[in-house]
Amino acid sequence: MKKLAYDLVIIGGGPAGLAAALEAKKNGVQKILICERAPYLGGILNQCIHNGFGLQYFKEELTGPEYASRFIEDVENSDIDVKLETMVMEILEDKKVIAVNRKDGMVQIDTKALILAMGCRERTRGAITIPGSRPSGIMTAGTAQSYVNLEGYIPGKEVVILGSGDIGLIMARRLTLEGVNVKGVIELMPYSTGLIRNKVQCLDDFDIPLLLSHSIIEVHGKERLQGVTIAEVDKNLKPIEGTEHYVSCDTLLLSVGLIPENELSNNLGCEMDKVTRGPVVNEKRITNIPWVFACGNVLHVHDLVDNVTQEAEIAGKAAADFINNKMNKEEKDVIITHDNNIGYIVPQHIDALNNTEQMIKFFLRVKNPDENVRLIVKDNFDKTLLNFKKSIVEPGTMVTFNLPREFVTKDTSSIDITISKEQA
Amino acid sequence: MESKKFICIGCPKGCSLEVQHHEKKIHEISGYNCKIGLKYAETEFTEPKRTITTTVKLKSGLLPFVPVKTRDPVNKEKMFEVMNVIRKLEIESPVKVGDIVVSNIAGTGVDLVCTRNIKRVS
Ligand SMILES: Cc1cc2nc3c(=O)[nH]c(=O)nc-3n(C[C@H](O)[C@H](O)[C@H](O)COP(=O)(O)OP(=O)(O)OC[C@H]3O[C@@H](n4cnc5c(N)ncnc54)[C@H](O)[C@@H]3O)c2cc1C
Ligand code: SF4
Repeated sequence: MKKLAYDLVIIGGGPAGLAAALEAKKNGVQKILICERAPYLGGILNQCIHNGFGLQYFKEELTGPEYASRFIEDVENSDIDVKLETMVMEILEDKKVIAVNRKDGMVQIDTKALILAMGCRERTRGAITIPGSRPSGIMTAGTAQSYVNLEGYIPGKEVVILGSGDIGLIMARRLTLEGVNVKGVIELMPYSTGLIRNKVQCLDDFDIPLLLSHSIIEVHGKERLQGVTIAEVDKNLKPIEGTEHYVSCDTLLLSVGLIPENELSNNLGCEMDKVTRGPVVNEKRITNIPWVFACGNVLHVHDLVDNVTQEAEIAGKAAADFINNKMNKEEKDVIITHDNNIGYIVPQHIDALNNTEQMIKFFLRVKNPDENVRLIVKDNFDKTLLNFKKSIVEPGTMVTFNLPREFVTKDTSSIDITISKEQA
Repeated sequence: MESKKFICIGCPKGCSLEVQHHEKKIHEISGYNCKIGLKYAETEFTEPKRTITTTVKLKSGLLPFVPVKTRDPVNKEKMFEVMNVIRKLEIESPVKVGDIVVSNIAGTGVDLVCTRNIKRVS
């Protein structure tokens, strides 16, 4: 087996991997390798050809490929090594990465640190169990996105979309512009799970109906999908008898959520968070394995790539500090707790004395939509560290905030975060 | 005085905008959180516009299609007309971000530009 040695190996050449690599380089890491299984860099952004990217990070509105190309060009102009069409198969405990490609065959790469940046994948039909036959014409919205935008295939003539996630909404518009009849978007919950701006510009612009509190209770067709039966659901999300009706269609797109891609992390023994389905990390995005870092959708699913880039820069900088022996030994563990309205928070804990940055960046998701709430951060002495108002919170939009490092003292043992209705 | 409501598509916040108007004349715009929203409400009331993003066939490229966009938003009613022009195009590789594919597409006054770098293969 061919053998290579690097200071830092990054798995995944999407926006997370690219930004992490550039940040590590900026902080003095010499030999960096990005392994990407696709034939090009940029990850999922290559198929997200619509605009809306980069408003936060670049203060201008870019398409997915444009956003990616800025980082790709920077990587190509640096001495960061990239291996394309290279799939990482296994990570070994003694800092070895096993990858495979057509040119080298199996390769063993020795490294000092590793950044996980493998992204996520879509939940499929199996994950949500719709009864009925199994005809062709049923696929995830992201699969349809790659057919249309990368390969130029239109997946059908009459389309129904299940789930109001952003990828589904974006595909409703994309297919309509290509002359496809998009009959409607069916959403189980009483609210759209995608961004409101996407509902407006992708559905309302084209008079595509959004049916909230509805689900598909049967699919019809043997060889090819012929139609679906939809029904309204009650508060417990159970179909209401008598509300069923049939909609003919030859294609059903599923936009029912994303799951971090964590086979490698699991096999390596990373401690995982049951809610995010990604590794548990501290504020430097270090996993429970001190030389392994994680960022981007492999850590938790982000809806905005700008947040992915920011998080990747934290991981890239931290990996550089680790490699250059600039990181203090872990001396302290501050646990982050939260109330019931919050689905999850990343990072899950902070190593308070193990730091250089002024700000600790938090990402969280709420469980239910709400208006006029307060986000309050307290420490174990019940001292309020942060208290700010949010006019709207919804599960589809990640909430981010910064906690000044100095607020975490040597006596802090836990930090509690709550989101609750503002007292009148 | 009448009023018309819009949701801003300028950024993920999705502010609720309201235009107070008398027939075609705008009196007041409220609900925006930034300049983008103010501008959006104004054009959305007078002449709604959208950016079109799609793909164009590519000859001898590393990939068979290149993603493109209208450099600026075009009139909403013109969207399908613009798409009909784009669908018939085929361009030569290599292409770079910002390369003009068609200028003044379908008489909109707006250029169609590439959004990805794609190399040529033999
Ligand atoms: C279908 C889809 C559509 C989306 N649309 C939008 C959108 O419109 N706007 C938005 O802001 N966000 C969108 N997102 C979220 C988007 O994923 C993030 O914005 C961002 O692209 C995530 O970056 P990443 O680098 O973490 O992951 P990715 O972009 O997914 O990159 C991960 C990379 O890792 C590679 N990889 C995985 N496993 C291995 C392995 N074992 N060996 C080698 N390489 C590997 C993959 O090939 C991929 O290139 C979408 C996500 C999906 C799945
Ligand atoms: S008004 Fe400004 S802040 Fe509000 S949605 Fe529009 S662009 Fe965003």
